[in-house]
Amino acid sequence: MSATAAPSTRVRARGLTPVWAGAAVAFLVFSVVVGVLVGPIDIGIDRVLASVGERLHVPGVTSDLTPTEEAILWEIRVPRVVLAALVGGMLALAGATYQGVFRNPLADPYLLGVAAGAGLGATIAIAYLPEGLRGQRALPLAAFVGGAVAVVLTYAVGRSARRERDAATLVLAGVTVAAFFTAWQTFVQQRNSETLQQVYTWILGNIPSTGWADVVLILPYVAVATVVILALRRVVDVLSLGDDEAASLGVNVGRVRLALVVAATLGTAAAVAVSGLIGFVGIIVPHAIRLLSGVGYRALLPLSVVVGAGFLVLADVIARTALSPAEIPLGVVTAFFGAPFFALVLRSTRGGGP
Amino acid sequence: MTAIALDNVTVVLGGRPVVDRIELDVAEGEWLALIGPNGAGKTTLLRAIARLVPYSGSIALAGRDTSDLRRAELARLVAVVPQEPSTPPWMTVGEYVLVGRTPHLGPLAKEGARDREAAARALSRLDLDGFGERRLGTLSGGEKQRVVVARALAQEALIVLLDEPTAALDIGHQQQALELLDLLRAESGLTLVAAMHDLTLAAQYADRMVLLDSGRVVADGAPREVLTEEAISRHYGAVIDVVPIDGRVAVIPRRSPASNTQTT
Repeated sequence: MSATAAPSTRVRARGLTPVWAGAAVAFLVFSVVVGVLVGPIDIGIDRVLASVGERLHVPGVTSDLTPTEEAILWEIRVPRVVLAALVGGMLALAGATYQGVFRNPLADPYLLGVAAGAGLGATIAIAYLPEGLRGQRALPLAAFVGGAVAVVLTYAVGRSARRERDAATLVLAGVTVAAFFTAWQTFVQQRNSETLQQVYTWILGNIPSTGWADVVLILPYVAVATVVILALRRVVDVLSLGDDEAASLGVNVGRVRLALVVAATLGTAAAVAVSGLIGFVGIIVPHAIRLLSGVGYRALLPLSVVVGAGFLVLADVIARTALSPAEIPLGVVTAFFGAPFFALVLRSTRGGGP
Repeated sequence: MTAIALDNVTVVLGGRPVVDRIELDVAEGEWLALIGPNGAGKTTLLRAIARLVPYSGSIALAGRDTSDLRRAELARLVAVVPQEPSTPPWMTVGEYVLVGRTPHLGPLAKEGARDREAAARALSRLDLDGFGERRLGTLSGGEKQRVVVARALAQEALIVLLDEPTAALDIGHQQQALELLDLLRAESGLTLVAAMHDLTLAAQYADRMVLLDSGRVVADGAPREVLTEEAISRHYGAVIDVVPIDGRVAVIPRRSPASNTQTT
């Protein structure tokens, strides 16, 4: 008997392939190792591993770190690396989500006014709150509230539009709200020029060395946003056919888009609240992945989280070490090193992704 | 059984009734061609049937009022092949056809073996075996059209609405596409409603024609009843001959006598 076992056509959706998933995870692990090891005080990798082993109660492993080294490792470096990873993963994921939902390759996480709103919140906190209150807790909170208010306003303006409520209307509403909040922010800033330096530093973005407090602050938002978006990642591919076709395929476009946008925006607002405005990650990371791998959203979204996290951890290493002890604003680093890299990717690929 | 029942359906766009009090029943397994001049309301009527545009009146598919259905339930009854479907160039043919399975999946679910089989079946029936891994961006116009129909088939709906399914195709591919639709209809008992501009081609395949003008049904019947010189000239403003060929009719445009003399 010959092998005529119906060689019927094989159909598959290219999900996460082991190669790309492996490459992305390897990149993140490399970034984290570099982030943990590099700093003004040299702690060798063997001693770091011993300390990790001791904390994990691996039998027979004891750490020989001095209390100072212990504190530097576990209260400064590790939380800072984790925070950078959370912020970078969130921004890249939010950027990729917006690009899919709005079918606009230039959409970034700040599209709907989050940046302008958070900027206003932070500026008000810096300008008007008493020195003692403003520091750790109040600034992120004010930025978060500002960002959230701006997006709610964007949604309200977009929904009030008389014409068909499509994605473009929402983007226009975002531009409107962002312009308004930016004007307000500039005004407050002008009236309080003695705080200019501080506001400017915040706007250019940086990952603070505040221990675990900020990690704990944003983790719930980032986690929820990531779970919601990744759960809906197949639908993002359907949305890329446009509202009408997605609807005729049984997708409740309005509801799914709202869920995705709310998740991406809340996560972004949380990230912005602790790190300021870090540009470039949300656009460049998803685009680099799609140019290199040519995958659809269902693979692009999880890859963006992992690669975005690794990218920002590395960028933060450069930000804190290149001109040590001074810090370079993180937004400057991401663009300064990200732009040439992306130019290279553009040159060497013919493209393929969404 | 009645596949589609329209009762007093009106669609108002920009303050103007684009579809105007339409009453129409389409039987299961029927092939209905919607014809009419540009702006007659053909596309809008198709969109109303798929609930993609707000309407008044009532529309029932397979006996169920569409306004009572959830989006996914509706998409299991009716598939749409739009005039200009978006075909993201990065998507593979397999992925694109699998997208047709969306109404059978929950929003959080992944395609299973059944969905992959349905998609593979749809590809086979359109002679697209071996195309699964090809990118949409590498396909010709004719191949793309077949892939879009395969997606609609994978949806396994009772009714398929097609908006100008042959507009982008050459005459050979037009024929192939329509032959194929006819075959699929015979095999699966699909109900087809297609908006068409090519009247001769429509007359070759459709059981029934509905002529729309200004949102109203102005003629309804077998192609040779609807396609009369008088009706075409009145509603399209065209000068034509209607010629019977093998029991079907062909519509042949004729140059008007006045324009013959313009050089003198």
